[in-house]
Amino acid sequence: MALSRAASSPSHGGLLKPLAAAISASFRRPISTDATPITVETSVPFTAHNCEAPSRTVETTAQELVGFFRIMALMRRMEIAADSLYKAKLIRGFCHLYDGQEAVAIGMEAAITKKDSIITAYRDHCTFLGRGGTLLEVFSELMGRQAGCSKGKGGSMHFYRKEAGFYGGHGIVGAQIPLGIGLAFAQKYKKDESVSFALYGDGAANQGQLFEALNMAALWDLPAILVCENNHYGMGTAEWRAAKSPAYYKRGDYVPGLKVDGMDALAVKQACKFAKEHALKNGPIILEMDTYRYHGHSMSDPGSTYRTRDEISGVRQERDPIERIRKLLLSLDLATEKELKDTEKEVRKEVDDAIAQAKESPMPDPSELFSNVYVKGYGAESFGADRKEVRAVLP
Amino acid sequence: MATTAARRFGRRLVPSVSRRRFSSSAAGDALQRTQNHPSLNLCSAINQALHIALDTDPRSYVFGEDVSFGGVFRCTLGLADQFGKARVFNTPLCEQGIVGFGIGLAAMGNRAVAEIQFADYIFPAFDQIVNEAAKFRYRSGNQFNCGGLTIRAPYGAVGHGGHYHSQSPEAFFCHVPGIKVVIPRSPSQAKGLLLSCIRDPNPIVFFEPKWLYRLAVEEVPEHDYMLPLSEAEVIREGVDITLVGWGAQLSIMEEACLDAEKDGISCELIDLKTLLPWDKETVEASVRKTGRLLISHEAPVTGGFGAEISASIVERCFLRLEAPVARICGLDTPFPLVFEPFYLPTKNKILDAIKSTVNY
Ligand SMILES: Cc1ncc(C[n+]2csc(CCOP(=O)(O)OP(=O)(O)O)c2C)c(N)n1
Ligand SMILES: [Mg+2]
Repeated sequence: MALSRAASSPSHGGLLKPLAAAISASFRRPISTDATPITVETSVPFTAHNCEAPSRTVETTAQELVGFFRIMALMRRMEIAADSLYKAKLIRGFCHLYDGQEAVAIGMEAAITKKDSIITAYRDHCTFLGRGGTLLEVFSELMGRQAGCSKGKGGSMHFYRKEAGFYGGHGIVGAQIPLGIGLAFAQKYKKDESVSFALYGDGAANQGQLFEALNMAALWDLPAILVCENNHYGMGTAEWRAAKSPAYYKRGDYVPGLKVDGMDALAVKQACKFAKEHALKNGPIILEMDTYRYHGHSMSDPGSTYRTRDEISGVRQERDPIERIRKLLLSLDLATEKELKDTEKEVRKEVDDAIAQAKESPMPDPSELFSNVYVKGYGAESFGADRKEVRAVLP
Repeated sequence: MATTAARRFGRRLVPSVSRRRFSSSAAGDALQRTQNHPSLNLCSAINQALHIALDTDPRSYVFGEDVSFGGVFRCTLGLADQFGKARVFNTPLCEQGIVGFGIGLAAMGNRAVAEIQFADYIFPAFDQIVNEAAKFRYRSGNQFNCGGLTIRAPYGAVGHGGHYHSQSPEAFFCHVPGIKVVIPRSPSQAKGLLLSCIRDPNPIVFFEPKWLYRLAVEEVPEHDYMLPLSEAEVIREGVDITLVGWGAQLSIMEEACLDAEKDGISCELIDLKTLLPWDKETVEASVRKTGRLLISHEAPVTGGFGAEISASIVERCFLRLEAPVARICGLDTPFPLVFEPFYLPTKNKILDAIKSTVNY
């Protein structure tokens, strides 16, 4: 018998509240493996542009929710640890943290497979983790070590994971969007029912490249999902200061769009599932994820000069993606406070262990300065005492 | 030409700023000791120049990403408060649009000072600069131009900037007749050169050495003054070898000159200041005297502007050269993250090249 419980409180607009009475303990052991379907209603409805919005009733399981809690707690802890490492000067370069936006990364993953591709900008740590990357790879890359996902050559902004279709972190705002369209074109040829997710920010939405990409994607009916992670600021600029219409889901005009509560992992999952089906059948669609970043734009931005502390704490209290899942788990009696606290302790330790391990990883070999500029054995090769000279060789 | 512009806008060149006033070394040991001018860092000097530009010409505008808040480097701090949001304003994040807009604004006879947040992000605007700004005057038979356009962009290494906050793209722009490319080495230079650029009747790309924004401090005259474009400056006289550079690299080169001096080698150091069109005469005269030339820049050596200087000087001074021209530059790799010290043309690399060139 399917255990189905609708949980919603649309009139209060707050966190999810279960309608069903608490379920007895015997029903829910062991929590993390219980795959019985549960239905939950999103607290905010989807807003659609040029398409029929999907249902607010999302199907999930205890297993999935516990998993959401765990990985989001891990992401949160990871980003906070990265902050400390940066302040300790163990991480150099530019570093952009994702805490607050976790639900977008995990909700998206819950709806798609690793055959689907994802491409994003520089705020890429959690997207990488969502694609199956490890903490060791994250911290090693952040500290420029060999064990990093880009062998220590990329740093914070340049995480990649080819085997899981993660085309990575890109530094130039907006540049990754047309790349995502190219990925989608290739996928269409492969006919393997896979799609491409191209992520960009609200600031990036003002780059011309987005509109060029949208047109190509629509013209050729490509299975592309353009995900605008609207955290409401591009550096210090509030969305409304930079965009005549901050309704990013509508800005594709002839391309359908959906506005999604990006702080609700289940809403994100529902939207991405819907978008994937749509894209395979009809071509591109825009998903605007209404989300929020807690940290400043990058490590040099305290994040408090262009927005109020009240705004930040308000989001933390009312919309936090992890707290939302915690409350859901507790109210549905799928986990106890203690279990969740223990999970948080575990992820803390996992993060600490990974950092310790990453510190052991050596820096890249100096020869790596010259590798990967061109294909090895093809084209050009650097040589000379300081490798100043380049020799071209035909293969 | 710069001089025409300078005359038209009433050039007030301060003799005290034009010669042998080279500070901007990382330690901030200002060589400049003039009477009680306030000490400013390069960022404040830029701010002062923009302030004067806005104050002296009601048809001047300053815009770019987050510019009305002061910009990421705080160079435009306070300008919006003083001159209003109609003259100092934020643009959306769209470099191609920013430059194209600036060209249009300038074409109506205004002074458009556009900020590109980092030189690494100037490439989305490359087409506008190369095909629109540079050729507007030429292809309209002088009916139209965008001479009032100045594009400011911070460039160069900062120690740990990684791939996209460190690049030196000046050479790309030096291949484009119709624009000027200017790079200052110190606060007082930055102020005088930026004012000249803003008032020059040609579109200009002005690269600011961001490593020096806070590090370089020297006395900067408070009044409105301009420094000539397309005029190089001998900032250190010597007889054994000529060194040519620009921007932040000059302070590294100067350290190498000081070390070389201890070994009895006398180096002449030239700040090119304007890369396009550049002052061949000053460099040529120096090489005729020393017989040797070393060029140094942070950008990759292949296709860097050093190649152009080398070729021109070989053409002009072939029989006078006693050694091959040395180029100590960035390596032919993308700007690296963890290997920045290996990539950069450091003092020791320059010193080695000075010695091997002199002992050739
Ligand atoms: C072409 C380009 N211009 C400017 C920058 C500098 N920059 C980096 S991130 C950023 C703001 C982007 O905001 P948004 O797209 O909203 O993404 P978020 O940082 O909020 O995730 C800017 C201006 C850049 N990296 N590339
Ligand atoms: Mg944003």
